[in-house]
Amino acid sequence: MRSTGSPRTASPRRGARIGALAAALAGVVALAGCGASASTSTTPSGSGSATFKPAGQKDGAQITVWADSTRLPSVQAYQKSHPDVKMKIVTYDGGADGSTYLQTKVQLFDRTGSGWPDVVFGSPTDVTWASAPTKPGAKPFAAPLDQSLVPQATLAGFAKGSLAPCQFNGHTYCMRNDIAQVVLWYNKTLMDKWGYQVPTTWDQYEALGEKVAKEHPGYLVGSVGDTNSQESYFWSSQCPAFQSTGPNSLRVALKDPKCTRMSTLLDKLIAAKAVSTEGFFSQGFAKSSGSKVLMAYGPSWYGQYLFKAAFNTPAKQMAASAPLTWPGETTPSTGNVGGGVWMVSSHSANLKASTDLVTWLTTSNDNQAAAPTYPAYAPAATAWLANPANRDYFATDVSGPFQQAANEVWTGWSNTKFSDATAWSSVVLPALTAGKTLTATLPAWQSAISDEAKADGYQVTNQ
Amino acid sequence: MTLLETRPVSLPARRRGHTPRRRAGGRAGYFFVAGYTLLLLAFGVFPTCYAFYLAFTNDRGQFTGINQFTKVARDYRFVPAFSHVLVYLALWLVTLVVLTVLVAVVLRGRVRPGVSALFRFLYYIPGALAGVASVLVWLFMLDPDVSPVSWLLSALGMHSFAAVLAPGNLPWIFMLIAFWTGAGGWMVVMYGALNNIPDEVLEAARMDGAGPWRTAWYVQIPMIRQWIAYMTILAFAGGTQLFVEPQLLQTASLGRVSPTWSPNQLAYVYAFQQGDFNGAAAISVFLLVLGLLCAGLLVARSNMFTLDEK
Repeated sequence: MRSTGSPRTASPRRGARIGALAAALAGVVALAGCGASASTSTTPSGSGSATFKPAGQKDGAQITVWADSTRLPSVQAYQKSHPDVKMKIVTYDGGADGSTYLQTKVQLFDRTGSGWPDVVFGSPTDVTWASAPTKPGAKPFAAPLDQSLVPQATLAGFAKGSLAPCQFNGHTYCMRNDIAQVVLWYNKTLMDKWGYQVPTTWDQYEALGEKVAKEHPGYLVGSVGDTNSQESYFWSSQCPAFQSTGPNSLRVALKDPKCTRMSTLLDKLIAAKAVSTEGFFSQGFAKSSGSKVLMAYGPSWYGQYLFKAAFNTPAKQMAASAPLTWPGETTPSTGNVGGGVWMVSSHSANLKASTDLVTWLTTSNDNQAAAPTYPAYAPAATAWLANPANRDYFATDVSGPFQQAANEVWTGWSNTKFSDATAWSSVVLPALTAGKTLTATLPAWQSAISDEAKADGYQVTNQ
Repeated sequence: MTLLETRPVSLPARRRGHTPRRRAGGRAGYFFVAGYTLLLLAFGVFPTCYAFYLAFTNDRGQFTGINQFTKVARDYRFVPAFSHVLVYLALWLVTLVVLTVLVAVVLRGRVRPGVSALFRFLYYIPGALAGVASVLVWLFMLDPDVSPVSWLLSALGMHSFAAVLAPGNLPWIFMLIAFWTGAGGWMVVMYGALNNIPDEVLEAARMDGAGPWRTAWYVQIPMIRQWIAYMTILAFAGGTQLFVEPQLLQTASLGRVSPTWSPNQLAYVYAFQQGDFNGAAAISVFLLVLGLLCAGLLVARSNMFTLDEK
């Protein structure tokens, strides 16, 4: 996801440091671009929205593509293999870290009546507004792809539930590029050296964390300080923080035992200094503590983009294990930290070329086998896991844990019109930095989410 | 200095009509202000009128009275945003007025002219940086990992960028940035204002036995009162519009700063995330009224538009 080598390299020279800070910022922005919520069990409301009326089509018209820097090479590869398609490629932030650049621009294009890009990469949050008109009389930005644009057979090939964030009113408005299922990462070399068992339950995780804090102070079993840590921990804990209960109603109930079980567990480990309140991606973390991360509960892209690129952990040390379970649960549930989507503009004058590009980007092995992150399209995911570039770095085979976790993403953490990162980053993280506990911060987090939801027109229940 | 010299130019306007020669000067005056007036109409007056139109209508163009105003005032982010910016303004205006006047007085009276010119130049340099660039400078200054003054941040108990950006520190941080970029220019202006005080007046004060500080307090500062009021009005108006600094800090801190920290950011969110241009316009009208109230108060109290009795 980082386009410019390793931004976190520690360097004594100020210039390099400045570059590193800038690149690190850009890198994290790109990474968390994946950082938005995913699956909603969107119930087709049966409102049978009017049939999609395309704009006037023009064969061979140039298409404008907006992609983030991570997916730019894929778009360029398509251009190279399809030289007859006229394309204009624009790089933008891709909706990273709750950025609303795309939404801002589309609002303006809807007012001026021109300028829309034909194909965009975005976050699942973007689909919530793109599938509806931005103002009375406007056409929703995203074209319904299931309406004679993409064959049903293709849509059926995506991983279970991975297209849920794309579905509104019974139509599919995007194609999922990648998913970011949360797994347990651990440093196998250190675990073996110290004779530790890899935990399979949260109880074992907590016990091991306290043991590590005593026996090897300074070593970490996780961090809660990133903009997307809540998706790793609270989503996995099935905490009803963003639970859609209807088309415009949301359940935000952080007093639920499924939230407090996670916050009390983390509070103990934070107090023991086994879990850091500084983000893995915060400036300086890689240098100061990157080599002291024994375990991390996080998305499938941590392997390449956190351990390999940011922490420079040597090859054949890191391994992944399946999601952890709570007492009394047989099948674990896990979180999801990102996974972008591709949308086609309903204003495009060349829907054929636009749809073809999006289909190629999300489903072709040519592109996805070497993609930066785990593909949402199941056959492509198999090809991705078979690619040595995606597996050679790890100490053990990650295919099993990855495939298992991909099917265990909890569907109760819904995709909302607002980013799930804002309240966490601007309310919870500053409180943790100031020394408050997570459990004590849950009420403030709940009211921040509820306020945001109400401002976006949701009916909120806190029960 | 230049600002001072423009003042006499405005005087003939008042005496216009007394003699034909004056009127000719007046015509040239119109010509000179025409460019500014056109731009003011296009980018100042017209957008303001448009904002008023939007603030009193809804997205279908129907007149809605004060509904937009009550809607945004009831928003849960409205009160925090305005209180943030008021705390910031209190810090910024006090620091600005006290320190710029103090520095100008010292440079004018207690420092040799050559040294004084050098200092005025040095103070002015940061102002040459555009807003965004100056925020970037401060991002490095405030991050203990790269800051040249990380020892100072550590001494204050702040060991990480996240700790520096604690919510209570933000008004101070924005005050520092604003002072660093804005105060230098005002020091030069205040120095110029002090320069305009006739030497005879200062000499008279000296002969009456006033020391440098008494002269400053009883003679110099009262005589540049209008300039201080002018600076305060502009700084107040600029301060209420705080946007670039919190917006950039919000991005650079990966979201630790609220995206609606200041009223202007809230208006931005209204317009470009919620697609509610009418609500955004209502917030901008609130800001305008606030700025006008402050300006009106200061103009009345400082007799700014009363011309020197000649």
